[in-house]
Amino acid sequence: MPHSAQSIIDLSDQLRRDLGGGFRDRMVTAVYEHAQELVSRSVHETGAKKWDFDQRIDRLLTSRWLGLPLMLLLLGLVFWVTIQAANVPSQMLANAFFAFESAAAGMFESLGAPWWLTGLVWHGVFRGLAWVVSVMLPPMAVFFPAFTILEDLGYLPRVAFNLDWLFRKAGAHGKQALTMAMGFGCNAAGITSTRIIDSPRERLIAILTNNFVPCNGRFPTLIMLAVIFVAAAFPPALASIIAASAVVTVVLLGIGFTLLVSWALSRTVLAGEASAFTLELPPYRRPSVLRILYTSLIDRTIFVLGRAMLTAAPAGAVIWILANVQAGGQSLAAHAIELLGPTGEAIGLDGVILLAYIIAIPANEIVVPTMLMCYLGASMMMDVAAYDQIQAVLVDQHGWTMLTAVNLMLFSLLHNPCATTILTIWKETRSVKWTALGGLMPLAIAFAVCFLSAQAGRLLL
Amino acid sequence: MIAPDCGACPEHAQLASMGVDIGHCDHIVALAGNPNTGKSSVFNALTGLRQHVGNWTGKTVTRAEGAFAFGGKRFKLVDLPGTYSLLSASQDEEISRNFLLFGQPDCTVVVTDATALERNLNLVLQVLEVTDHAVVCVNLMDEAARKGLDVDVRSLSRDLGVPVVPTVARRKQGMRDLVSTVADVVSGETKTAPLRVEPPSKVSEAIGNLVPLIEDLAPGVPNARWIALRLLDGDHRVREALLSGELAEMASRQRQPAISRPSRLTAISGNL
Repeated sequence: MPHSAQSIIDLSDQLRRDLGGGFRDRMVTAVYEHAQELVSRSVHETGAKKWDFDQRIDRLLTSRWLGLPLMLLLLGLVFWVTIQAANVPSQMLANAFFAFESAAAGMFESLGAPWWLTGLVWHGVFRGLAWVVSVMLPPMAVFFPAFTILEDLGYLPRVAFNLDWLFRKAGAHGKQALTMAMGFGCNAAGITSTRIIDSPRERLIAILTNNFVPCNGRFPTLIMLAVIFVAAAFPPALASIIAASAVVTVVLLGIGFTLLVSWALSRTVLAGEASAFTLELPPYRRPSVLRILYTSLIDRTIFVLGRAMLTAAPAGAVIWILANVQAGGQSLAAHAIELLGPTGEAIGLDGVILLAYIIAIPANEIVVPTMLMCYLGASMMMDVAAYDQIQAVLVDQHGWTMLTAVNLMLFSLLHNPCATTILTIWKETRSVKWTALGGLMPLAIAFAVCFLSAQAGRLLL
Repeated sequence: MIAPDCGACPEHAQLASMGVDIGHCDHIVALAGNPNTGKSSVFNALTGLRQHVGNWTGKTVTRAEGAFAFGGKRFKLVDLPGTYSLLSASQDEEISRNFLLFGQPDCTVVVTDATALERNLNLVLQVLEVTDHAVVCVNLMDEAARKGLDVDVRSLSRDLGVPVVPTVARRKQGMRDLVSTVADVVSGETKTAPLRVEPPSKVSEAIGNLVPLIEDLAPGVPNARWIALRLLDGDHRVREALLSGELAEMASRQRQPAISRPSRLTAISGNL
């Protein structure tokens, strides 16, 4: 008669106790010793060892003093290239789209289509799409390949290596530097990648703080603000360098908040010690050009752009409706903006920006397009394409100051994650509590920081 | 004609329940390996898919799937998360471990880094504890040569008791060899006799006590030794499988006469 499963389990428990602790360690040791012996028999040095490039480069890139500055320099270079290369194509795309919009709208009218149909389709949905494509596509088409080259080269683990000690001090896992780096691409992807962190406590910290690095959806906003406001105060020759530095500063601030919040979490709700881990520095590999282009343009650019367009189309329709449906003598948009105005003012922004953020909850990519559509409203002004024209609209017509720009950059960096990211937090934690904290904590921090910055700014200026 | 869905056949029912879409394939091949050994490159070279290949540890945290055909058979390739071992409690290692044990793939390819073979062999040895049907792929042979390392794959294959195939997956070198070797292991043309590490004597004794009982409860279970090891380690998933009878059921599926496979294949070719 077969033994019952329970009796086998009982016996195994008994045997485990007899064996004493460290069972797994002993097994691992036995395996390791065997592996060592196998290798000694099958792997031989041919003596043809060449000059070890990798180690020399690593000594530089992960050196105590040069590691971090070199990292900032590389990051700055990526942003600079993006800023340099993206402005002109953005302008060309916008011009083409808006010429098409007015032609198509004109054709609709001449065919006798009702005014609301023309408005909703062309000045709503199409314009939303046109904004997203022209503001987002060029920076992404430059930034993604540049970022992918760094990734394929094997630079990301070096970043983790350089930042490890900081995360350890913050009571977090060193691999969080890696998941944070993934967050630059997309926060949802960054949160999924936290699965590489074994300890549940440190994994939660990594999940909750991933939002503090700006994702690709937010970079175009930051780049645009840096170009129009920060760099505009400097001579044109320096402008793009200043703009790149400003974006690097925002990124540093984001890393600072990541560490600060990680530290605070590991001292309070997620208290515990940082666990040790080994991080492998992979050999540098020559990136394959075709694969980089494929990955960054098809997998990433098209994917992110597609998602942005999917949310921009309904957002465009919503904005058009808000701007064109009248109630009590003014449009719904005007009501909403009026309602949000005081809150916006208190944190150095305005009602339009907050409305844009609410409409853009599904995807951060569409914040700037949404904002511009709200500002331009029902007005037929359409030649706002280049950065200097955007600046004219914001500064001259809507009273933006340097403080608005700085606060918007801060808000964009810190505010709540997009809907996809929130959903990913839920999928990874399966907990309403942590998901809520993951969404509300950044929002609260964003409001607090912007409020303080607005008060300080007004006091000083 | 479309081949019948092989989710219907008993030996793959388990896989279907693990979320593997096993439609239209004859065999399941798992891809295991340490992180950053070029596992994703091997996956892409075999399947023609373009899963993103990242040069950093822990790139693949979810399971990817693809397919390839060879010798008239369709193979489903399941890419497991990269892990250093199968023994710890982190989520990625648990996924790999459970898949190898409960998914019962027809063959497991362990991708290794030729430049760091010693560390990689730890995982190979652990995989060989679980399954008989394995092929070791020694990847990054070009980098090993660059570093002045010569890997004797024949001696390694003799020692491990399973086929060892040298590759440079990024340049698609050795992929055909790898595929035909996998096909031979799956068809049984290549017999494997995997090396099993002799544990410390006290552990051996404990295993010796448990194995007959497990074989008694689940006759025909292919890796009673590994299950004993997992029980000694207190693996909850294995305990649960033993208690619920899942293990015995799995073993009885394994014992089904080999005739069920050819008949299914005949049915497929008949439809073609």
